[in-house]
Amino acid sequence: MSAQTPHAPHAPQVPQVPQVPPARASRALVAGVPMLWLSVFFLIPLVIVLKISLSEARLAMPPYTPLVEWVRGQGASLHAHLDNYRLLFSDPLYADSLLYSLRVAAGSTVCCLLLGYPMALAIARAVPERRHLLLMAIILPFWTSFLLRVYAWIGLLQDDGVINHVLLALHLTHRPLRMVNTTFAVYLGIVYSYLPFMVLPLYANLEKHDAALLEAAADLGARPWQRFRRITLPLSVPGIIAGVLLVFIPAVGEFVIPSLLGPASQLMIGRVISTEFFENRDWPVASALALLLLALLLAPILILQRYRGRELSA
Amino acid sequence: MTSVTSVTGGADYVRLVEVSKRFGDFVAVDRVSLDIARGEIFCLLGASGSGKTTLLRMLAGFETPSSGRVMLDGQDLTQVPPYRRPLNMMFQSYALFPHMDVAHNVAFGLEQERLGRDEIRRRVGEILEVVRMGELRARRPHQLSGGQRQRVALARALVKRPKLLLLDEPLAALDRKLREHTQFELINVQQQLGVTFVVVTHDQEEAMTLATRIGVMNHGALVQVGSAREIYERPATRFVADFIGSVNLLQGQIQERSASGLVLRCAELPAPLLVERCAGVSTQESLWIALRPEQISLSRTAPEQPHNWAHGVVREVAYRGDVSVLLVRLGSGRELRVTLTNAARGDAPVPARDEAVYLSWRSDAAVAGAA
Repeated sequence: MSAQTPHAPHAPQVPQVPQVPPARASRALVAGVPMLWLSVFFLIPLVIVLKISLSEARLAMPPYTPLVEWVRGQGASLHAHLDNYRLLFSDPLYADSLLYSLRVAAGSTVCCLLLGYPMALAIARAVPERRHLLLMAIILPFWTSFLLRVYAWIGLLQDDGVINHVLLALHLTHRPLRMVNTTFAVYLGIVYSYLPFMVLPLYANLEKHDAALLEAAADLGARPWQRFRRITLPLSVPGIIAGVLLVFIPAVGEFVIPSLLGPASQLMIGRVISTEFFENRDWPVASALALLLLALLLAPILILQRYRGRELSA
Repeated sequence: MTSVTSVTGGADYVRLVEVSKRFGDFVAVDRVSLDIARGEIFCLLGASGSGKTTLLRMLAGFETPSSGRVMLDGQDLTQVPPYRRPLNMMFQSYALFPHMDVAHNVAFGLEQERLGRDEIRRRVGEILEVVRMGELRARRPHQLSGGQRQRVALARALVKRPKLLLLDEPLAALDRKLREHTQFELINVQQQLGVTFVVVTHDQEEAMTLATRIGVMNHGALVQVGSAREIYERPATRFVADFIGSVNLLQGQIQERSASGLVLRCAELPAPLLVERCAGVSTQESLWIALRPEQISLSRTAPEQPHNWAHGVVREVAYRGDVSVLLVRLGSGRELRVTLTNAARGDAPVPARDEAVYLSWRSDAAVAGAA
């Protein structure tokens, strides 16, 4: 077989039509609208938060000092403080709650992955008529209020709740198990709430896999487990990354679930930020904490994005 | 009691015994029995939906026969899962693993056999040389052209030294020029390695070029097995005659049986037909008659034979370089297709449109069979 076919198989020869302005205008519009959206609703608020984090708290309205002060005759003077950030690193409360949040989020993400992967795989491999039904079953809980579902867990988990009643009735335990207001309940709540965010991107990935690849692997001698390990799993890495990010990032900053189900002694970072804002009215420290959290979460995203970019270009 | 062992390397290297496959009410493969010899290139030819791919998938183990047995080299494979069958398949889509480079794709099967690292590297290198892909071993599949992917798929299927290689439409994804070239390359590789090939194709030209024998399938049944020449010149059924190549199909009744063959009466022809070749004709039933366009000769004067002629007017002439294709309308209104070879420039010119001509053919040209 000749090796003289280095060109791409069907490189389509796009005719060189001179660029017409309307196409460029519509392209600018398509790219411009999300850019505008992101600027107004993401970038500008972020800058405001950054500004607040560099100021000092005070008892006033708004409850922080201005960053730039105009003094008549002297021009502008900048009042930037890094004290808020210094506090974050000196008071162990913040580091503690941050580490606790990262641990809970990581643990919940792993649980979501272990539970969600087989679910996504089963849906992707189900007959097409069944897939919609199964996907619906994943999405259906979203139709009920999130808050309501978390409250329902209290009813299930509390000392005289449904689960303890059943356990007592079956004589599996002689005293009610303490479940609510424990870290276990936080894990349970997060895994329960975020599981669809793991299943859906995984399903979107797995559903696209070419079944012929698995047949080819079987034909070459691979048993079912080896086919999974060598074909399905590596090809689903983009889906895993998407699912992990979608669960991990909101889980770190999760506020409602640990407030309702978690222990009072151990605070997650979302709860700390909220306390600083609303109870201590220390907006600068809360802003600094929010930005620190953002920076910490940005690091893994950027690393994974680079990994994906390399995968695509390789 | 049937013995499991049989003589290997004989005409029954691959044996299909009364193999059927039903999907619900639909019979995809209908009691197919077939023996394939070692070293053959056997082509399963049929239209889409004829059951040829299902038959191939039963050989590979991706489908289990509803009934019947699949044997290879004396071993009953009917219930053996695909990953334990000593055969390999080249997929129509090639099914190359997108996350592995060429060398790893080819090495995959050897790694499953848990061979040593050096052994794998040596054999991958060897087979990539056979298909001339050694230099591109570090490329990913999406960086290869269609022809290169085809060669990687072939190498990956051959590197395990299978007893049998199954090829599902091996050249369908290639453009015409490359396809022709690759057909001969496939034959080359096959002869070099001596592996038995079973090829599924809907392309009769491809089947005729590649195959030592062809099995024609229709509606799940194997309707004829034979060499390309046998199938083209002695079609067993009307379907085969119609399916392979272009043909003029006529209807006729037996008028007389003579020593030199059957004399048939066809309402659309002015003269009776004398046919030497018949496929299973017993009574005076209605017969189909197949007459290949290139077997008909044209003349401007009446042929001096009592049988096998007609006259008509040329309706269309299509010049195709190597041949000219003519449509001749007979007195009965029936149009016959005639192919003339343009052997040399300056030959007697091809009859022109609207010219009146006589058609004639030899008594061994047409084939008849029970309808």
